[in-house]
Amino acid sequence: MKLLSYFLAIASLLTLPVAGVAQDVAPDVLIRNASNDVLEIVRKDKDIQSGNLTKAIELVEVKVLPHFNFMRMTQLAVGKDWRQATPEQQQTLANEFRTLLVRTYSKALSEYRNQVITFKPFVLKPEDKEVRVRTEVSQASGGKPIGIDYYLEKSTNAWKVYDIEIAGVSLVTNYRESFGNEIRSNGIDGLIKSLQAKNKANEGVAAKK
Amino acid sequence: MKQLLTGHAVTGRGRRYLSALGLALALTGCATSGNPKDPIEGYNRAMFAINDGIDQAVVRPVAVGYDAVLPSPIRKGVTNFFGNIADVFTGVNNILQGKIASGVSDFGRVVVNTTIGILGLFDVASEVGMEKHDEDFGQTFGSWGIPSGAYVVLPLLGPSTVRDTFGKVLDMETNPVANINDVATRNSLLLLSVVDLRASLLPADKLVDAAALDKYSYVRDAYLQHRVSVIYDGEPPISRAFDDDTTGIIDAELESGVTVADHSTTNAVGDATVASEASATVIK
Repeated sequence: MKLLSYFLAIASLLTLPVAGVAQDVAPDVLIRNASNDVLEIVRKDKDIQSGNLTKAIELVEVKVLPHFNFMRMTQLAVGKDWRQATPEQQQTLANEFRTLLVRTYSKALSEYRNQVITFKPFVLKPEDKEVRVRTEVSQASGGKPIGIDYYLEKSTNAWKVYDIEIAGVSLVTNYRESFGNEIRSNGIDGLIKSLQAKNKANEGVAAKK
Repeated sequence: MKQLLTGHAVTGRGRRYLSALGLALALTGCATSGNPKDPIEGYNRAMFAINDGIDQAVVRPVAVGYDAVLPSPIRKGVTNFFGNIADVFTGVNNILQGKIASGVSDFGRVVVNTTIGILGLFDVASEVGMEKHDEDFGQTFGSWGIPSGAYVVLPLLGPSTVRDTFGKVLDMETNPVANINDVATRNSLLLLSVVDLRASLLPADKLVDAAALDKYSYVRDAYLQHRVSVIYDGEPPISRAFDDDTTGIIDAELESGVTVADHSTTNAVGDATVASEASATVIK
C-alpha cells in the first residue's frame, strides 16, 4: 500500500513540467521550482528525514537529474586530463561521478531541517549563454546564511546546471586536484576504479543503516 | 573537567600538541606529492589525522550531545551571542579593507543586538535587514594583496595557510572572550564557542565522508576555494565554473592574483616553524 502511494507520488511528479517542455523556463525559475518542489516533498516525508537514502536518491533522480549536465560536470572535475580519455572512458567517468554526486546531494537533502531558502535577484539578458543563480540558506541555529550558487548553461532545449557552489566551494572543481593526482599515478582507468570503489563503499554504508 | 578549564591544563595540552607536531614533522616533513599549494603535505596529513582522531574521540561526541540536548532556540542564542562578538571584528576588518559602509553597518548590528537583542542573544539586526557579514584578519591580509602562502594544518585549529595563521593569531589576540581575566570563565566560554561551532558543522561531516575520495585533499581544496571566495566576498575575479578551457586553469584558479603562493621561496621547514610558533601563541 505504501509502495502504491509512492508510485503514485512519482507518477504525479512526472506529470509536472520537468524535462520535456523546459525550453521556455528561465534559469532562475527553473532552480526555484525544482528546489521548492523537492523541499516540499522532503518536508512531508518522514522517511527521507530519518535518513532513508534510497528514497532520497529516487527523488533526486526524478526531480533534479533532468536539469543537470553530467558530462560537462565530469569534464570540469577532471580538467585538462579529460582529453586523454577515450569516449568510453569519458562515459564511464561521467556515470560514476554522477552516482557519487547524486549520493552526496541526496545525503544533503536528508539533513534538511526547514532551513529557509532565499533566492537572490536575477536578471537574464537575451545574449546570456551561461549564468549564475544565487540562493542563500538560513540555518535554524542562527549564524551567517550559507550561499548556494547554481551555474547553468543554455543547451539546445533547456538550461542545464553544470556546477553548484556551496559557500564558495564548487562541488565539481573541488575534485580536480585529487582526480589529477589519481590520473597521474594510475591513469584514467585508475580514477575510474577509485570512483567505483568509493561508490561501492558508500553503498555498503547505506546498506548497513 | 575542572582541570580542563584551568590555564595550566590547556598549556600542558598545548605542549603535548607541539611535541606531537615536532614528531610528525620529523617523521614526515619531507614527504610531498608535489602540490605547489601544499609543500608540507607530509606533516599536514599527519596533523590532519591527529586532529581527526581527537575530533572523533572527543570534540564530535560532545558536539553531538550538545546538539541533541539543547533546544534549538537556546542553541540559536549561543550562536548569536558569539556572532555578536564576532561582528565587532567583522566591522573592524571591513573598515581595514576599505568597506566603510559594511563596517558601519556591522557596528550598527552590534549596537542593535547588544541592546534590543539582549547582549547579543537575539539577532534582531538580521531580522530588520542589516545583513550579517563574515570577515577576519586573514581575509583582510588577503584583500591587501598578501599571498596565502603554503597550506598548513594547525594542531586542533585545523585547515589554514601561513597568511591565515597570522590572521588567526590576531583574531585570537583581539577576541574579548579570549582576553577575559578569569581563567575558568574564559576557558568555559572558549570551550562553549568551539562546541557550538562544531555542532553547526555536524551535517557537513556525513557529506564530506560521502563525497571525498581522499578526505584530506577534499577538505584542503575546499578550504582554499572557500578562502578565495570570502576574500572577494563571493565574487572572485576568475570564476572557475565558467572557465571551460581545460588547459592551464589548474594553476590559474586558486591563484587569481592575490592568493598566489610564492613557490620559489616556499621552504617547507621554514613554513612549519612559522606555523608551530603561531599555533603556540594561539594555544597560550
